[in-house]
Amino acid sequence: MRGGGLWQLGQSITRRLAQADKKAVGRRYFASEAEQKKTVLYDFHVANGGKMVPFAGWSMPIQYKDSIMESTVNCRQNGSLFDVSHMCGLSLKGKDCVPFLEKLVIADVAALAPGTGTLTVFTNEKGGAIDDSVITKVTDDHIYIVVNAGCRDKDLAHIEAHMKSFKAKGGDVSWNIHDERSLLALQGPLAAPVLQHLTKEDLSKVYFGEFRITDINGARCFITRTGYTGEDGFEISVPSENAVDLAKAILEKSEGKVRLTGLGARDSLRLEAGLCLYGNDMEQHTTPVEAGLNWAIGKRRKAEGGFLGAEVILKQLAEGPKVRLVGFTSTGPPPRSHSEIQDEKGTTIGEITSGGFSPCLKKNIAMGYVKSGSHKTGTKAKLLVRGKAYDGVVTKKPFVPTKYYKPS
Amino acid sequence: MHFLNSLAVVKDFKYAESHEWVKVDGKTATVGITDHAQDHLGDVVYVELPEVGAAVNQGSGFGAVESVKATSDIYSPVSGDVVEVNEDLNNSPGLVNSSPYEKGWIMKVEIKDDSELTNLKNSDEYAKFCEEEDAKH
Repeated sequence: MRGGGLWQLGQSITRRLAQADKKAVGRRYFASEAEQKKTVLYDFHVANGGKMVPFAGWSMPIQYKDSIMESTVNCRQNGSLFDVSHMCGLSLKGKDCVPFLEKLVIADVAALAPGTGTLTVFTNEKGGAIDDSVITKVTDDHIYIVVNAGCRDKDLAHIEAHMKSFKAKGGDVSWNIHDERSLLALQGPLAAPVLQHLTKEDLSKVYFGEFRITDINGARCFITRTGYTGEDGFEISVPSENAVDLAKAILEKSEGKVRLTGLGARDSLRLEAGLCLYGNDMEQHTTPVEAGLNWAIGKRRKAEGGFLGAEVILKQLAEGPKVRLVGFTSTGPPPRSHSEIQDEKGTTIGEITSGGFSPCLKKNIAMGYVKSGSHKTGTKAKLLVRGKAYDGVVTKKPFVPTKYYKPS
Repeated sequence: MHFLNSLAVVKDFKYAESHEWVKVDGKTATVGITDHAQDHLGDVVYVELPEVGAAVNQGSGFGAVESVKATSDIYSPVSGDVVEVNEDLNNSPGLVNSSPYEKGWIMKVEIKDDSELTNLKNSDEYAKFCEEEDAKH
């Protein structure tokens, strides 16, 4: 769900070992660092050894003293704390906020029980993805939404335009962008035990996808049992003035086992969990059906439509999409975004959209679009990396088993 | 080895601005990437080695080093023929991080033109170059 072009970021933050023209031009990608926005945890990150890089207009930690590999493994063994305050949180309010939102997303928002949320997709008229997002019905007249940092301006403009015409027709909806709040993600097996020390809320009753407004470390927080790693964990929206204290409290309660973790490991973790990164695995021209998110289209929505691009999406559900997003494992160098996928005979059948070396599995994993027919698990393929073909095989996602906290 | 800003350089080696080192032993040169380079790359997960017998030229690409997040091309500091490659890197690419100047060596080249070595920096010049590069950032 989160992000926007981490591959491009990775390419630029690693200093190129040489340049074609040999000029000693300053290679620092972040020449405009001064213009990047800072979260309230910026100084805290720097004090803790954070290597800051520009990301979607913000200066964010790509890693701390631990290597990306160590951080990734530690998240699954113990836990990780991420500052994801660059993402945009907003609330929709009003008695018509549910029907309003239903025009813009594929979820059955009406059917969500209060205090539950889901991953969804904001679609455009062609059925393509404007952004992916976690939406939560707090009450029937309050929906809490988190969208990607890189899509903030686009998403807000889109929602605002639709809100204007909805209100002009007499609809009751308004919004509040939560720029006064910060967002922390606490993930891993220690997430719940550590957070429990800081709240009276019985977290054992808060299941995957559920939401509460509750006091954590003395501050009024919104917690959602969700994340972007495949592990059990929480996203915690905290008033910005309490964010640093909350981060410190979480780290202290874990006695150092939960560690501050940056965007580099966040990308490895989400890839291991088979989760899409908007901007790589999903774009304006990709439909949720192509991206493998059929399950996120509400049953009633499949029957009724009523969201932007529904005709295209319903047609794909009926006939099958022409391309599909699948997982790959491969030998040789890790495939990267835009690596060509060929069948065993050498015919192009698709393109990789995310790839890398899995720190937990110690092998290459990737995701890419292939034409339907070549998408079945076990299908052998060739992945081209720097002009050479390496063996790959379509592999079921998630690559690392997920640990979502669900009722037994 | 001596340390500058906690990154190592080896006294008698020669260095390219593209962060490769070369150890010259008569007509044979051993090549690898420097501590500065491996530190910036992060965990190396794959090394694309050249073919034994291939010709390499000073300043031209001869392979690549992949880290968790990105791929970086590597450039030969010398011209000649590749006579040996470090096969250990196939199973243990991390040697580039843990031992960039010894166990993490990448290739051995039979040098064709040793006058080209004057184009390279010595350890002090390279250390200074790294310092200046880091100061720009």
